[in-house]
Amino acid sequence: MTAVLAIARGVFKDSIRDRVPYNLVFFAVLLMAASFLLAQLTAGQDVKIIKDLGLAAASLMGVLIAVFFGIGLVAKEVERRSIYSLLSKPITRSQFIVGKYLGLVFTLIANLAVMALAYYGVLAYLDWQTPASIKAGWEAAALDPMLLKAFALIAVELMLVTALALFFSTFSSTFLSAALTIAMYVIGHFSDDLRTLESFGASPALAMIGRGLYYAFPNLSPLNVTAAVVHGQAVTAQHMLLASGSIGLYVAVLLVASTLIFERRDFK
Amino acid sequence: MAPPLRTRRTLHWIAFVVLLVAAIGTQTAINGAFERFTPTQEVQWVRSPGVMRRLVLGFNSVAADIYWIRAVQYYGSTKLSKAENKDYGFLFPLLDITTTLDPRFNIAYRFGAILLSEGYPNGPGRPEDAIALLEKGIRESPNKWEYYLDAGFVEYWWHDDPKAAADWFLRGSKLSTAPNWLQPLAASVLAEGGDQVAARVLWTQLAQTAEQEWMRRTARTRLQQLDAENVIGQLQPIVNSFYDRANRFPTGWDEMTRAGLVRGIPLDPTGVPYTLDPVSGAVDVAEESSLYPLRRGL
Repeated sequence: MTAVLAIARGVFKDSIRDRVPYNLVFFAVLLMAASFLLAQLTAGQDVKIIKDLGLAAASLMGVLIAVFFGIGLVAKEVERRSIYSLLSKPITRSQFIVGKYLGLVFTLIANLAVMALAYYGVLAYLDWQTPASIKAGWEAAALDPMLLKAFALIAVELMLVTALALFFSTFSSTFLSAALTIAMYVIGHFSDDLRTLESFGASPALAMIGRGLYYAFPNLSPLNVTAAVVHGQAVTAQHMLLASGSIGLYVAVLLVASTLIFERRDFK
Repeated sequence: MAPPLRTRRTLHWIAFVVLLVAAIGTQTAINGAFERFTPTQEVQWVRSPGVMRRLVLGFNSVAADIYWIRAVQYYGSTKLSKAENKDYGFLFPLLDITTTLDPRFNIAYRFGAILLSEGYPNGPGRPEDAIALLEKGIRESPNKWEYYLDAGFVEYWWHDDPKAAADWFLRGSKLSTAPNWLQPLAASVLAEGGDQVAARVLWTQLAQTAEQEWMRRTARTRLQQLDAENVIGQLQPIVNSFYDRANRFPTGWDEMTRAGLVRGIPLDPTGVPYTLDPVSGAVDVAEESSLYPLRRGL
């Protein structure tokens, strides 16, 4: 465990030294602030637009960081040849994989926390400058703590994207890893359709394949609770647990698979 | 031998400034030389709400916001355009996509219904599309009594059908969330029929209960239109009495004032003078008034 945490700490420190995540987080914060301007273009929906845009910015920037840092977790070590000195130390390859993964996950959670703080800052300003008569018509309060549930599920989604990027980077080039991770992310958002292919006129055989793929690929739709929290709808603890638990299992599968592939690679 | 560092830096700065000025100059020249391309017909690339829902990859809410902004801007720009034939053809598809992307986008149903049913040239004059949009809202949120209220409004105000309106109000009043005034409203609409009293009750309720300021503003405008209709109802017989006396209609309010029939130029509730057609003698609100055009047939 100590070795895993030491590797994770190294990844975390490396990513903190890197300017790219800062820029992406800064861009997300800027986007949240700019949502004020966008909200002026419409009729009385500023709080919804600011909430939607802020969550979308946090999710999108998080995915970008997860993909482009995730694919470099193993590849960078191989490129720099630092993998040789690392693996010569008393650590197993599974510790290496899990440590790298956790390091990036900690970084993503830290970035997400910064974005959540900025998000609540923007909403607090909106709340402060809005008259009570207008606030009475809002479906949910500006500083609704339920919004944190959306952030929590974004974090779960980013954990999966990181695991995917890490998995692909154990056996393919960085470019291909990025493409495959993004493809899986897209499929994850389409997977509800895979289950119901027959409704699009697919043959029974194709519909069965679709259903098989639905269960093989992680379904990202349950992680998207933006609409529910923005409209003040309840997101139950059961939903949170099931959605996170299901993705957690896929993450575990991907980490085991990454270790299996990485163990077969020869670095002697 | 390469020039010294200081000289190189100066040269770089000069190059930077010269190139920047040249770029701006070229841009200005382009602006003057070419007419900006404006498409003669707007194109909506994705018309299917289902396809759009899949294309946005989980960013449904923010995409719905963008479509909603687009719908509002589209309506506003079409309404304000100087075109002779205003085409609101994309309004319903835009609202349909908005509400498919975010099926609980309350304001898109309610405000969308108002925009769709607004009579031409201030809107597309499509009350049936407004009802369709509200029915979609009811399918998504069956407990929203406000959608039943709005559908009743559309039937009453734009279709001039008090029976259908009362039916919507009654259906809405049966919901556990409905306010206690909805059922009496249905009875009132049925009893008063096409009378202004029922219309006034409807718009007063909306002016008092609407969540959004723009909806309250719309309701206040409708109430002002009802006031204007009342005043026109009083002015028209006076103008007709001038005809009975002079065998012609007056040339304007000045002549009516000189004849002692009115005390001065009558103003509508927004402060704009009513118009008086010297040929037909018809009194109406002026086109420049925000109350124009008044609903006909009430």
